[in-house]
Amino acid sequence: MTRNCLVATALLLGAVNANAASATMDKIKSTGTVTMGVRESSIPMSYTTGDSRFDGYHVEICRMILADVKDRLGLNTLRINYQPVTSQNRVPLVQNGTVDIECGTTTNNTARAKDVGFANTLYVEEVRIAVKANSGINSISQLSGKKVATTTGTTSVQLLRRHEKANGVNFDEVFGKDHADSFLLLESGRADAFVMDGSILAGNIANSKNPKDYKIVGEVLSTEPIAIMVPKNDPEFKAAVNAAIAKIVANGNMPKLWDKWFLKPIPPKNIVVGLELSPATKNAWANLNDKPAEDYQKK
Amino acid sequence: MALDLGVFCRNTLDGEVVDHCFSAIFGLAKNSDPSYLDWLMKAWGWTLAVAGLGLMLALILGAVMGTLRTLPDTGSLNRWLVRFSTTWVELFRNIPILVQVFLWYHVIPAFVLPLKALPSYWLVSIALGFFTSARIAEQVRAGIQALPSGQRAAATALGLTTAQSYRYIILPMALRIVIPPITSESMNLIKNSSVAFAVSVPELTLFAMQAQEETSRGVEIYLAVTFLYALSAFSVNRVMALIERRTRIPGFIASNDASLAH
Repeated sequence: MTRNCLVATALLLGAVNANAASATMDKIKSTGTVTMGVRESSIPMSYTTGDSRFDGYHVEICRMILADVKDRLGLNTLRINYQPVTSQNRVPLVQNGTVDIECGTTTNNTARAKDVGFANTLYVEEVRIAVKANSGINSISQLSGKKVATTTGTTSVQLLRRHEKANGVNFDEVFGKDHADSFLLLESGRADAFVMDGSILAGNIANSKNPKDYKIVGEVLSTEPIAIMVPKNDPEFKAAVNAAIAKIVANGNMPKLWDKWFLKPIPPKNIVVGLELSPATKNAWANLNDKPAEDYQKK
Repeated sequence: MALDLGVFCRNTLDGEVVDHCFSAIFGLAKNSDPSYLDWLMKAWGWTLAVAGLGLMLALILGAVMGTLRTLPDTGSLNRWLVRFSTTWVELFRNIPILVQVFLWYHVIPAFVLPLKALPSYWLVSIALGFFTSARIAEQVRAGIQALPSGQRAAATALGLTTAQSYRYIILPMALRIVIPPITSESMNLIKNSSVAFAVSVPELTLFAMQAQEETSRGVEIYLAVTFLYALSAFSVNRVMALIERRTRIPGFIASNDASLAH
């Protein structure tokens, strides 16, 4: 009896899963609209250019992906709704179906993979250190006894803690409530260094009053795959997204996209982020995969 | 949704379960890494420290400023003191608390250099204390002005100076009357102290934002933090209720026990 029950439950679950397999595609097809999760200020990955318009490296790739999905579904037009998300709400919003595809700066890790799905990685983030150009600091070992800023609610905080423990260096941690605040801590001298994702550091420096006063130094503290987030348990949609990604890569568009967003002036203020293509990102393009951050740390 | 309270017994470095949840605080397991529970307790300590310091400032300054606002119009010194305290109240109650915290942390130290040496929790406490003092001042003023004017007249008739009439007649009555609203204000201060996370004080809100990101167990983390905020504010409520009961003068203010400190 119990066994029968289990079998029945398993069958039922299987049936539910089979139905759910194309839930996102069905929704897109029947409504002709899709909701893209975007960030307000993650320059140059995903940010607003004013007037509720959004752009960026990941946003443009997502538009290409959705154009491909539109063709696949045989739709004439596909309306894209942009839904700004934050670090706190991005996973729940994808989980509950408010957001169909999240194009921000989300690290693919095993904890999140329990709740959401990740497309193949197109950007590998490296956690680096930003300091004032005249500070004389060139590596993390020189930060002993110094004040190190980082942003509340990011993985960098835990990373610093681990580093402190492993190497016996003693930082004095100060926390900004967002990246702009953390950069202000560095700018105003309340912190000697700002440890964060390289793209965020480069973006904040490019946006500052005097970009020449700052530099990104030292070793790569951690590498993390940043990926486009899709609903979990929707293999068909994920496969469609990955197929579109493979097409973009095969067409040789990736180096052009990198050039456009990371090395050339970008709207709205025509700043230059100036972050060179890293070998890790190049490798991700060459070997498309959706490995979580944990796999990167083993290397 | 199943709650996983075990998250508090994981260590903060790699998320492994620790032997003793309170490893670092009570030294149960030497050299073991701190757990999220240890961190939560430390964060609670910071919340209480910031709020406690702010509360002391707020009560002292609030009582002083509220009293000054009611000084009789006799002589230019009194007029200046009234103007000063009115300015104080309007300045600190018209600017949002988060903005004030930023001003104290980022802007004012740029002009008043000694403030740069003060740790951030001091600056937040000053901001919270000044903000709340403006609100308490208004309540103290209301309490003083609620007294029958005959009391002040009687004090003057007895030959008491202004200072003496405040000391012996007006304030002892007025401060008793305003304990209930000041209780609310003190509880608010505990909750308002959550803005301290914005300028890098490692208190409960910062813990909540950071720990939920690291553990992906937001519901458990926020439940615990909510409970500690509520517990802290309610403790203040009970202490104030005790003070209210102890200082009551029988026959003057409604003495129904059940109505205390609502």
